[in-house]
Amino acid sequence: MLEGYRGKLASLLVSKGIDIGDKIRVRKGNLEVEGILFPSFSKYDDILVIKMDNGYNIGLKIDGDEIYLVCKKSVAENKETKGGEKSRGEVKIISTGGTIVSKIEYETGAVKPALTTEDILEYLPQIREIADIDAEVLFSILSENMKPEYWTKIAEETKRALDEGSKGVVIAHGTDTMTYTASALAFSFSQMTGPVIMVGSQRSSDRPSSDSPINLYSSVLLAKKSPFAEVSVLMHGESSDTYTLAHRAVKTRKMHTSRRDAFQSINDIPLAKVKWKNNEIVMMRNDFRPRGNHNTLDSKFDTRVFLLYYYPGMDPSFLETIRDKVKGIIIAGTGLGHTSEEFEPYFRSMTKDGIFIGMTSQCLFGRVNMNVYTTGRKLQNAGVVPLGDLLPETALVKLMWILAHTNDVEEVRKMMLKNLAGEFNFRHSEQLFPRWYHE
Amino acid sequence: MSDLGVKIGLEIHQQLETHKKLFCDCPSVLDDSYKVTLTRKLRPVTSEMGDVDVAALFEWKKGKSYLYLAPDRSSCLVECDEEPPHEMDREAIKIALGMALALNSTPIDEIYVMRKIVIDGSNTSGFQRTAIVSLGGFIEDKEGKVGIQTIAVEEDAARKVEDKKEEIIYNLDRLGFPLIEISTAPDIKSPEQAERVALEIGQLLRMTGRVKRGLGTIRQDLNVSISGGTKVEIKGVQRLELISTIIENEIRRQKTLLEIRDELKSRGVTEEVLRNLKVIDLTSIFTETGSKIIKAGLSSNGKVIGIKLPKMSGIMGREVMLGRRFGTEVADYVRVLAGLGGLFHSDELPNYGITLDEVNKVKETLEVKQGDGFIILVGDQEKLNIAAQIIKDRLIQALTGVPKETRGAEDDGTTRFLRPQPGSARMYPETDIPPISSFELIEEAKAYVPQSPEVKLKHFIEMGLNEELANLILRSPRIDTFEYLTEKYKNVSPVFIATLLENTLKYVKSKGGNLNLIDENVIETLVKEISEGKINKDSVADILIEFSTENGKKRISLEEIISNFHSISEDTLVTIIREEIEKNKEELLKRRDKAFNILMARVMGRVRGKAEGKLVAELIRKEVDNLLR
Repeated sequence: MLEGYRGKLASLLVSKGIDIGDKIRVRKGNLEVEGILFPSFSKYDDILVIKMDNGYNIGLKIDGDEIYLVCKKSVAENKETKGGEKSRGEVKIISTGGTIVSKIEYETGAVKPALTTEDILEYLPQIREIADIDAEVLFSILSENMKPEYWTKIAEETKRALDEGSKGVVIAHGTDTMTYTASALAFSFSQMTGPVIMVGSQRSSDRPSSDSPINLYSSVLLAKKSPFAEVSVLMHGESSDTYTLAHRAVKTRKMHTSRRDAFQSINDIPLAKVKWKNNEIVMMRNDFRPRGNHNTLDSKFDTRVFLLYYYPGMDPSFLETIRDKVKGIIIAGTGLGHTSEEFEPYFRSMTKDGIFIGMTSQCLFGRVNMNVYTTGRKLQNAGVVPLGDLLPETALVKLMWILAHTNDVEEVRKMMLKNLAGEFNFRHSEQLFPRWYHE
Repeated sequence: MSDLGVKIGLEIHQQLETHKKLFCDCPSVLDDSYKVTLTRKLRPVTSEMGDVDVAALFEWKKGKSYLYLAPDRSSCLVECDEEPPHEMDREAIKIALGMALALNSTPIDEIYVMRKIVIDGSNTSGFQRTAIVSLGGFIEDKEGKVGIQTIAVEEDAARKVEDKKEEIIYNLDRLGFPLIEISTAPDIKSPEQAERVALEIGQLLRMTGRVKRGLGTIRQDLNVSISGGTKVEIKGVQRLELISTIIENEIRRQKTLLEIRDELKSRGVTEEVLRNLKVIDLTSIFTETGSKIIKAGLSSNGKVIGIKLPKMSGIMGREVMLGRRFGTEVADYVRVLAGLGGLFHSDELPNYGITLDEVNKVKETLEVKQGDGFIILVGDQEKLNIAAQIIKDRLIQALTGVPKETRGAEDDGTTRFLRPQPGSARMYPETDIPPISSFELIEEAKAYVPQSPEVKLKHFIEMGLNEELANLILRSPRIDTFEYLTEKYKNVSPVFIATLLENTLKYVKSKGGNLNLIDENVIETLVKEISEGKINKDSVADILIEFSTENGKKRISLEEIISNFHSISEDTLVTIIREEIEKNKEELLKRRDKAFNILMARVMGRVRGKAEGKLVAELIRKEVDNLLR
């Protein structure tokens, strides 16, 4: 239990019966320091971390100095979680990890996820004013560790909640891979009684400036009241705390590593704007899928796919190493949809073997067009399928879903080109491209 | 003073000049121009709920917003709380370690950056990043050693631009400036010692050569208590000269509050009595009032309430410090905690447009008898309810003496209630920044140990100052101004600048000048004018006297005053002299041996302050010779 302590110092602490959270005293030269033992994150073995009475942590190098145990950590009484009244909430909140809600333990500095219904209501009492909620922890995994098999579980749990009468489902998710999960759900549901709102936060909820309360509040409001029954990603609309945006799952991308408004609709406009302060939902488009009578789910994924990010000079013979492992490849090609000509014979041979190869663009904005240049035509000739304005990640998830349903390469091609969840936008108006204005 | 058991601790915050901010790569410069603004909310974090009013959580949605101005030059995504902090600036840590060595403080081996929760909006993140660099130490003082408790490096807060009802506006330029915080033990026993120790630490800081200069770059917080009193925090003392006045005021306040406690007890006022004070609606008495404050309060659907204070006649009027009565203290609580102005008490009425007739009706309604006091309040009903409770609570505290509170320093050396003192600081580790090993930096930190005073003294003497003046400057709070000006205006003699700072200002004060008006900018402006030959040295004292003695309201601008003193060219001088000779020719020719004196008097009468006497005399002598030849 001596988190972070190693070697001699760890054994010394053990021999004195000292644990994380205990009050200890250290005498070091003419300095005497008293405080609570904290976990160590030092790269050195001999650093002892103490939280002093004034709240500060300090690291002291222990080299034959005296350490005393003053008193053991007082055991915090474990609050009984009320399991009794199992309300079937109007809105179901499914947590998959990430800390949309968390508590800080000032004594040990630990940030703990707080995800029971009671925890969430304690964190955000305003939710009571808009909906009756019911929360559930499905996973507790970092979003980079998410896998297609978890997508399926999330989809099934979502269906259960909707079937049981929830007006909408909120899924708390780490932001890094949130759009992959969102796309997976979007392709899995062909009909829904209510929306799925994927929500996350870019500033952790243990800080007063977190974007999580506004995002969570907006997502509950939207889950309950939205006219649409689609999978969407809801995050801040701008850096200010003024409004949030719900993006169509298959058109969304995380476009900034850290900003609150990192999530953007690419080649399309968002579904809705939520003016959370007035509990107001403003629909931004009217071609949404409305709430249906029942929920149709088909959530299977074949992971034998590969996302190939092309770069100048890339050696096409690398393809030989993945050839036996994949049933499909999505290329993030250059510009209108290219790789070097050298790839042509490799692609030709692979597609002949029944491997699907689809082309998207590294540009993200705009659609591929493989008729404009000779290389594009040659690649098409080799069997590469241009995928319009699909985002590379969306295309990949879509391919996984299709490959789990058919092995027929012609069928795969047809389905890849069919607009299943609004992933294609055939009209790009002028204002769909963001401009960076400089003076 | 010693029999009062006075204990004083100092916290000195000084901005460091590392040319960049503590947790990002922005330059540490102030900038008022901005194109981007951000609106944000802050919300108390869950685990604080034990201490924070649960109502604060409900407040979040409709409560205050913060508007941040984000100047392009001095803020980036880090200040916007849109990007994690960069690594902590190593130079700031080295400066702090240098100070630690100078103050006999022990550097801690590994430095941990902490988040200290602050939700007044002054930090976009909702916390201030701060790290202790060393522990213990002392500074020698002639009244005895004063212990050092901690030396910390922390980020400065955003700069408040405007406080509106629903929104506070902050400029992000100052957010993230590196600060050093030096906290002494409560070993200081007198106001004079406090001022001296602050001065000494301030000087040591300046001698690192790595601190920012000018008003607002150094701020002192004071912790003051007397025996039987309470440790009261006084925040934001910007001027060293005020420290002793502020402390004297606080000692007097605590003493008076203890006297009030004893008085209340001896009169038989108990907690029971105070808890059951009755609140009575007095609105009907004031429907036709001439009092502007009450009229304004009533116009927006307000009410007037009254509270009888049994056996408390004279208590509210008791002066706790210059210009502040016990009633003012209570009114401050009501203003800060209930957001309500307009409190009147029996010891100040009739006044403020409230007539004797109205006072008598109030007394009658409240059944105020000889020896009783009362309070009346105007405002909207909801706030009045809160205010009544706050008044009761504050009066109950008076029975125990001095409440634990944080006070703010005013420019005149008085202080006023800011907020109740928070419990222990809410701190948790800044997980975005790895710990920093100080032992890897300590060798380099030695370069920042401040120069000893002896070395400085020698340097000043080499600049041409005599020993007395050099010593004066060395001990002066204006030492950094001196160094800055001599460095920047190399053609102005250091002796002149030192004399200006140490002697001329004293002279100006003796002539009734208000030194508060003469800040560093004023002084620099004058030195610059001299450096450019626009005014002469003799006129400086006159300019400063004129600038600082005029009536505050219709003061003439410095520029205007200076323009009246602009030096006259030699040609113009000669013209003036010739004019005077022409006008007085007969007399001059008659009284030949007095001619020089007569002319000198006439001419100086016209050009005093605009020309040096020496030059005038020289020119007159020439002209007189010509005339009499």
